[in-house]
Amino acid sequence: MDPIAYFPGCSLKDSARPFELSALAVMEALGLPLIELPRWTCCGTVASLATDDLMHHVSSARNLVRTQETGGKELVALCSMCFNTLKQVAARVNGDVDARDKVNAFMDEEEDYEGGIDVLHLLELLRDRVGWDAVEERVNRPLFDVPVSAYYGCTLVRPKGVGIDGSDAPSVLGGLLEALGASVIATPFDTECCGSYQIVDRRDLAMDRALRIVVAAKTRGAEVIVTSCPLCQHNLEQAVGEFGEEALNGAAPAVVYFTELMAIAFGLEQVEVPARLQPVLDAHRLGATEGAT
Amino acid sequence: MSDEPATTRIFIMGKAYDVPAGVTIMDAMEYAGYRFVRGAGCRSGFCGACGTVYRKEGDYRLEFALACQEMVEDGIHLTQLPFTPAPREDYVLEDLDPTENVLLQHYPELARCVACNTCTKACPQDLEVMDYIQAALRGDLARVVELSFDCIQCGLCAMRCPADIKHYHMAQMARRLYGVSASPAPGHLAERLQEMEAGRYEDELDALVAASTEELKARYAERDIEKSSEESA
Amino acid sequence: MTRRKDVRTERLRERVEELSGENVFACYQCGMCSAACPLTEQMDRLPSQVIRDLQRDDPSVLESNAMWVCASCFACEARCPKGVDLAKLMEALRLLRLRRALDWLSVDELPQERIRELPQIALVASFRKKTG
Repeated sequence: MDPIAYFPGCSLKDSARPFELSALAVMEALGLPLIELPRWTCCGTVASLATDDLMHHVSSARNLVRTQETGGKELVALCSMCFNTLKQVAARVNGDVDARDKVNAFMDEEEDYEGGIDVLHLLELLRDRVGWDAVEERVNRPLFDVPVSAYYGCTLVRPKGVGIDGSDAPSVLGGLLEALGASVIATPFDTECCGSYQIVDRRDLAMDRALRIVVAAKTRGAEVIVTSCPLCQHNLEQAVGEFGEEALNGAAPAVVYFTELMAIAFGLEQVEVPARLQPVLDAHRLGATEGAT
Repeated sequence: MSDEPATTRIFIMGKAYDVPAGVTIMDAMEYAGYRFVRGAGCRSGFCGACGTVYRKEGDYRLEFALACQEMVEDGIHLTQLPFTPAPREDYVLEDLDPTENVLLQHYPELARCVACNTCTKACPQDLEVMDYIQAALRGDLARVVELSFDCIQCGLCAMRCPADIKHYHMAQMARRLYGVSASPAPGHLAERLQEMEAGRYEDELDALVAASTEELKARYAERDIEKSSEESA
Repeated sequence: MTRRKDVRTERLRERVEELSGENVFACYQCGMCSAACPLTEQMDRLPSQVIRDLQRDDPSVLESNAMWVCASCFACEARCPKGVDLAKLMEALRLLRLRRALDWLSVDELPQERIRELPQIALVASFRKKTG
């Protein structure tokens, strides 16, 4: 398959490096390499929702120009918040010619954005272009029914028209986890907000939300929680760190990016296994049946 | 044919003056009677003191330059920005850990960047300012250093930024931090320092200190001077 | 003496509708948004009460903390049976203050130790929603 331009976003180059590294490795393994968009700019999450605001769309629109410059028609984001923001901006400048003209006039040092670039999330690409069968084929260390909570968060599945799956009963992460051989744990908090940016100045709010999500997963038997967003990852990890075993009634589920789990299932040695996941893997391999390839 | 030098009409802070054509903004302002007690320095395009905002006749855009470098044009409207009151963070260089998001810690407003590129358009040195702000936001210290290297701290970027980012202070911190933590130590410097600490130059220095004024003058007159490239050719 | 800017309260509903593109009278107060919202515990009024205040043109809604506790998760938008995008209304209420240069969050008062632990995404998002 032809390589596709991908948008890392600020955190993936720094605090969320494991997300990017594992994603690049698994996509290479699947034969659909991701090429970093040159000279990308911060998407400016969360998308501005005001009708008259174009300034806060400029940063995302610039990335659409960069995509256009590569000759491609698609941009894949790994981070759900980046995906959501880029897609909302793309919807505006693709569909509203006036808005597009204004943004182009402002960004006079760039070539004009012509419209027509589609923004995708990596999970969409996996589901719709690679397919779960192909993912399953690539697995050479199935996850031995490790119970994994499929945590979606909000920006991946909302608002309507932007989300890659319905927010009532999304199935994309479930499809992925089954292909990897994991056992999917559903909780009523799968699409509940982790507290998002409230972590900055209202940490109490974010911890309240994040803890509920972790507890909901734990009480239903999850040993792992997968995320698709560096902010969800951060908030859930903080909740695990802050509340510990007593509040959680035992060892906390390991919170990891979905691509990190994929890398393990694919047996990609070059991708580092997150330390918190090792005990879970060890526990399950102890009881592993013979004949697993 | 007139022997009078050509003049050009310019507007300084809204007031019209006729000044000689083909001179710099700084020269033109001084010709018009302005005295630079602030906002002038090297007069060679290096110190960043003489930031100028101007507009060409018939154009709606504001443009930015250094007064000592930019030539006047007929109908130019200009003003000086001799100082940008952007705060500089206090830090102890040795205490900074370059592996953390240090730049964001000291300049959190970096996260407010909307990538409007106004800073880049304001830069008289043609630097890719927005790009280095974006690099700082993602923790790429080396890239900040690379792109901001020729910054002369004129402050025009910070004046124009809608997010109130202090580009040049942040970049200076980045360059200092990089110098201390990441750029390779010059080997010859380390060697020389060792020699000095081992006392190699002590005798010579003692002799100089003990010498009389006449001796020093004589030594100075007879010192080795490195030949210029023309002489040695 | 610095001239202080205040949040303007006149023509509240009209200005919110302009900024958001939403019709507040489409809401029939079913309360689904409040039921869906994950952060109501810390709000001094519920999302459905916020939109009721707007219907009544009650400026006291500007004193509410609801729009600042809001995490822009779009759960309200997903649930509304009348298709009212409450997330956009919350944004409009925030902007009425932010566009008067009255930031809700003070960027330079954030302690360095706090910033050290935070991923960039958190700072970018919170500054977008709580600073002008």
